[in-house]
Amino acid sequence: MSRRGEEDNISGADEVMEEPEEQEDGYTSSTPTSTLTWISWFCSLPGHEYFCEVTEDFIEDDFNLTGLNSMVPFWKEAMEMVLDVEPDEDAAKIPDVSIVESSAEMLYGLVHQRYILGRAGQQSMAEKYESGIFGSCPRVYCIGCNVVPCGRSDIPGVDTVKLFCPNCNDIFVPPSSRFQGVDGAFFGTTFAHLFFQNYRESAPAPFWKPPPSGGASLSPRSASGNRGSPFVNPNPYGGQKRAAGYVYVPRIYGFKVSERAKCGPRMQWLRLRPESPEQLDQVDWRGRWIDEDEYEDDEDEQDRQMEDFDPDAGDDDDDDEGDEEEEEEDAPSGQQHGQRRTDGISAVAHAVRTLPSGTRQDMPVMISLPPATGGKVKLVRQWTTVQPPALTGAA
Amino acid sequence: MSRRIVEEISTGSDSDYSRWISWFLSSKGNEYFCEVDEDFILDRFNLTGLNNEVANYAQALDLITDQLDDEVQEELRGSLDAQARLLYGLIHARWIVTARGLAKMVEKYKRGDFGRCPRVLCQSQSLLPVGLVDIPYEKSVKLYCGRCEDLYSPKSSRHGSIDGAYFGTTFPHLLFLVYPTLIPPKTGPPVDGPAGSNTSASDSKSRRRSAREELPDVTGTESLGEGISTASVALKAERYRPRIYGFQVHETAKLQRWQEAMRDRQVGKLEELEARGG
Repeated sequence: MSRRGEEDNISGADEVMEEPEEQEDGYTSSTPTSTLTWISWFCSLPGHEYFCEVTEDFIEDDFNLTGLNSMVPFWKEAMEMVLDVEPDEDAAKIPDVSIVESSAEMLYGLVHQRYILGRAGQQSMAEKYESGIFGSCPRVYCIGCNVVPCGRSDIPGVDTVKLFCPNCNDIFVPPSSRFQGVDGAFFGTTFAHLFFQNYRESAPAPFWKPPPSGGASLSPRSASGNRGSPFVNPNPYGGQKRAAGYVYVPRIYGFKVSERAKCGPRMQWLRLRPESPEQLDQVDWRGRWIDEDEYEDDEDEQDRQMEDFDPDAGDDDDDDEGDEEEEEEDAPSGQQHGQRRTDGISAVAHAVRTLPSGTRQDMPVMISLPPATGGKVKLVRQWTTVQPPALTGAA
Repeated sequence: MSRRIVEEISTGSDSDYSRWISWFLSSKGNEYFCEVDEDFILDRFNLTGLNNEVANYAQALDLITDQLDDEVQEELRGSLDAQARLLYGLIHARWIVTARGLAKMVEKYKRGDFGRCPRVLCQSQSLLPVGLVDIPYEKSVKLYCGRCEDLYSPKSSRHGSIDGAYFGTTFPHLLFLVYPTLIPPKTGPPVDGPAGSNTSASDSKSRRRSAREELPDVTGTESLGEGISTASVALKAERYRPRIYGFQVHETAKLQRWQEAMRDRQVGKLEELEARGG
């Protein structure tokens, strides 16, 4: 007790000395090795639960360390510490052990980032994942989906470690503050996603079909799907498990908050899943709907602004412009006509939309939109030939 | 039992812990609750139907309002405490959707009493408690983030065991309906932010604003939010893009494109509605 009081000034080193002894007792009981390696000790420290143990032959292979010696100060001493090699005689020139310790931590972290991308590393991380060491997603409707550690940068010193949830494809702050000191670069940006490419059965499918019973969808447990029926991935080559796809619907006194309210839902798209690959294919590589002219006017304007520099902007656009010019010739006040035309469209759009608006925020309806808009597009096309009053009367 | 705890706490602090509500609010794990005004509890109309939900209703009510006779048997006291908690929770769920209750919860929200969003890109947005059902003993309390509009489980287990019915399904959404100025921005650091960031700059202005927010009538705050348009806020929302060696993962990227196309469709629709309305 008195000894500890005297050595307060080097308490950091003191802790380091004591911890391995404490850990050793527990360690020797499970494994035949009598001495604790630096790596095992490091991985057993509080806050280092996410690390797996890198094998020594991986670190000893110089190829795996390419480029790291320029990032880690006191490279040789750090290597000796990590690999438990007895230091040379001239090691006395290092002023403080704690400097080498932080170098060793940096070295181990950066090697760890590379190691967990390899087969052995992925496997040992998979074991940790299966046992739930990384924790689970805090999002209620991910229903405790296990998460994996993830960095936001591959360069050390940028940000601390985060947790990636494969169900909502989002990253979260670890729940405990003891992970605030762990660098995200020690896990890297790639690991989490490579992991779910390798272990496909651990990743939730990007598709989700709401269970047939609509009323029970309020509770997250029933939202996880009826366990009785086996999950059939809409993508036969996907290999993923059933997703937890329910998206929260805000309600006031039991009524869904309309998206037309200022405080209405704006972010449901972030967690939305299509029912089938066909729905995914309705969006092209630029993120636009294929075969949908719902917002034709707006998009044409955007096209002209954005694609002016593009010599082959597309023949369709040219045709549209030609049509508009003809209309302007017909009507003496082209501007007004255009304005009234969009009004007419939105009136039709409103008439079409008000029908399912009650169930609008429910996903099945939202997803089954494309056929409905197809019907509406016909109405819009009709309009250009029919007189405006006739249409507003019909709508 | 409760009396003993009251005495223990009152020695450490000089607040008025002789009142049951004050004791309840100050005990560990009850940080999410706000104080229900006594005249709200005493108005029997506000308690309609609760006598069917709570056993020993009359005595539990007496305990909450500190009118319980000292002669009540010791064996009853233990169970009465649980009943009083249930009753207070159910009254609380009704109270926080009134104008005065909302104003009290707004203060707690601004202080960050309900915690911060664990989503990295929400940048520690302040959360609001919400229930998944309005019936007690069904689901524990969850936390609603106004930025990502999603639900999260409380970090601490002592909050995770609170009944969600004590806050109700309506509360956070009614709060943003009544206080549209408090709807968090989808990008940048949160406005309510870490304490003291915006209070020093415009002290008189913020005081005036908070004074207006405390007004019981809703009309004053509604006119404040008249100019806000939230039709296209979703376009500003940041999202995480999974990458392998810097390249986006095909399947996820495709899903995200689809989700963003769904978002764009909603934004287009809302902008069209807004243009017609205004």
